[in-house]
Amino acid sequence: MTVANGDPDSAGAAAASESQAPGGRASSGREPARSAREPGPPGVPPRRLPLPVVLLACTALLLVSMVLGVAIGSVPLSPRAVLQVIVDHLAGHPRYSVADAIVWEIRVPRVLLAALVGATLATAGTVVQVLVRNALADPFLLGVSSGASVGATCVLLFGAFASLGAWAISAGSVLGALGAMGAVFLISRQGRALSPTQLILCGVVLSALFESVTSFLIFRGNPQATQAVLFWLLGSFGLATWQQLPIPTIVLAAAMIYLLAQGRSLNALALGAGPAAALGVDLHRLRRDLFIVTSLMAGTAVAVSGVIGFVGLVVPHIVRLMVGSEHRRVLPTGMLFGASFMVLGDLLARVIVAPQEMPIGVITAFIGAPLLIVLIRRRPYLYGTTG
Amino acid sequence: MSLELRDLCVDIAGRRIVTGIDFTVPGGTFAGLLGPNGSGKSTILKAIYRVHRPAAGQVLVDGQDLLALRPRDAARRIAVVAQEFTLEFDFTVAELVMIGRTPHKRAFDRDDGTDLAITEQAIERVGCQHLAHRGFNTLSGGEKQRVLIAQALAQGADHLILDEPTSHLDIRYQVEILELVAGLGVTVLAAIHDISLAALFCDTVHLIADGQLITGGPPDEVLTAATVRAAYGTEVLVIAHPETGTPHLIPRRTRRLDRPVPRVSPAPDPPDVTGH
Repeated sequence: MTVANGDPDSAGAAAASESQAPGGRASSGREPARSAREPGPPGVPPRRLPLPVVLLACTALLLVSMVLGVAIGSVPLSPRAVLQVIVDHLAGHPRYSVADAIVWEIRVPRVLLAALVGATLATAGTVVQVLVRNALADPFLLGVSSGASVGATCVLLFGAFASLGAWAISAGSVLGALGAMGAVFLISRQGRALSPTQLILCGVVLSALFESVTSFLIFRGNPQATQAVLFWLLGSFGLATWQQLPIPTIVLAAAMIYLLAQGRSLNALALGAGPAAALGVDLHRLRRDLFIVTSLMAGTAVAVSGVIGFVGLVVPHIVRLMVGSEHRRVLPTGMLFGASFMVLGDLLARVIVAPQEMPIGVITAFIGAPLLIVLIRRRPYLYGTTG
Repeated sequence: MSLELRDLCVDIAGRRIVTGIDFTVPGGTFAGLLGPNGSGKSTILKAIYRVHRPAAGQVLVDGQDLLALRPRDAARRIAVVAQEFTLEFDFTVAELVMIGRTPHKRAFDRDDGTDLAITEQAIERVGCQHLAHRGFNTLSGGEKQRVLIAQALAQGADHLILDEPTSHLDIRYQVEILELVAGLGVTVLAAIHDISLAALFCDTVHLIADGQLITGGPPDEVLTAATVRAAYGTEVLVIAHPETGTPHLIPRRTRRLDRPVPRVSPAPDPPDVTGH
């Protein structure tokens, strides 16, 4: 005997009449809900915009940001000239001009890289928050960024991997990230289990350790190289090239496909270990896989752009406030919104103190922090009633 | 539909917490798991739903070894309402109940008409239609518990496990929730804090102390002053519920009062005797 599992035919019919108008349902259900509501925060916005609308809006935002990102810069170019260059290249017969070089060799890869990294960090942040079941987590919590910093610092200060040329810093940070990831994974594993608390603690402790190694290296290094290290630590897209794009693209695409496939399991995991196990989720495997996927994403992002903080923390929150926590909604929205956020942030970083460039990490924190505070204060129950 | 625990033992961090638990919950009946705090009730339940792996013994569903099934398949047989559920993330009631469909879906499956109809029915069954689009964290304790039961119903399992479903609720919701659970028609095993309440609703109760089964059976056979003393180490009076005849426990004060309490006292009662 099975509960709530009525015969499929009548179930289908009921659903057909039901599924056509989620909006209508929401409004008809609102009256009793209002009257039954306990004293709560006033002015709670209507719940859950339809996903296609949100995705369309975020795509539009991303396109606008990217166009602005390409059009605006230290050398003013008319939108028409920019468009001409892009059309020429897409058509396969580029003209070699100054405008062409600026747009195609510098700005377009830069904007694309910013979008990729923004999407990657936002996605990784969303997943890490579920993995450790803590809304304060970000993709760098598990030691990846501090490990990468050690690697990159070795390259910048001591010329490690010099034979790799422009790839040396990426190689150094990837190795550092992988090392940190492996260390956190092995240490936080007790028996078979990968517990959230262990992960957080090991991540935090090992991060501190790696950071002190970086500090030591900087302390021992020469002042000029130190300057380069500090700039790298704050993150930048200033050195973006076309050659940098394929790997982050592949990593993001593969991770996104895997994560969307696990959408329901992520929802179950967000309820906690017990409920997830009761819902038939293979906890050990899921946690291990999520750890590896998010670490790879964070490691890739760090390798191409340095340590850009706050995006992986703030974007998932903004997105959850927009579309709720259902991960099949959060992940695609977060990817688009994270990309837009980063492209706009990079644009600001370039123009605010032109002709100099602000480190992007400064911008993301400067915009992200107040934005998050405003949002949190508007819906306090989300963050205050879980105790 | 029966749920059978066969000589179940569970170790946590090298210590045996639960030893040789052995009882059967017949199909469609409501079994209560009783015992003092820390006696191992939760541990037994968690071994059934795979948070702990038993050191020995078996859990059988209709004679089939539950723990040998794939997690997905096990979740289609047994649904769980866990203890002290807190939600860090913002889900609406409808979304939360839909998560109950997880073991029935594969990667990239959409929520189809059947899923929507089943979640709808589940929400109606617990009387929460008006809450469907509210955020879970804005609900009261009793409403939350109902929604979690709806999620378990949407899971479509014929066995239901509840870990202290009434522990933080006031008396109205305690009765409401247990009445709801008893009327579901599925096989239920629930850890319950309040012995009298369990006696009122359960077909059988199983008394656990120190990780071992003391006794089990119909409430009126199991719940006596002697068995309660053995399990909880406290003195109680057991009377019959005036309406149902089920055992009802009355706690006794351990310290004798200086002044004997009048046997029959219609007089305005002295406040110190009421136990407040």
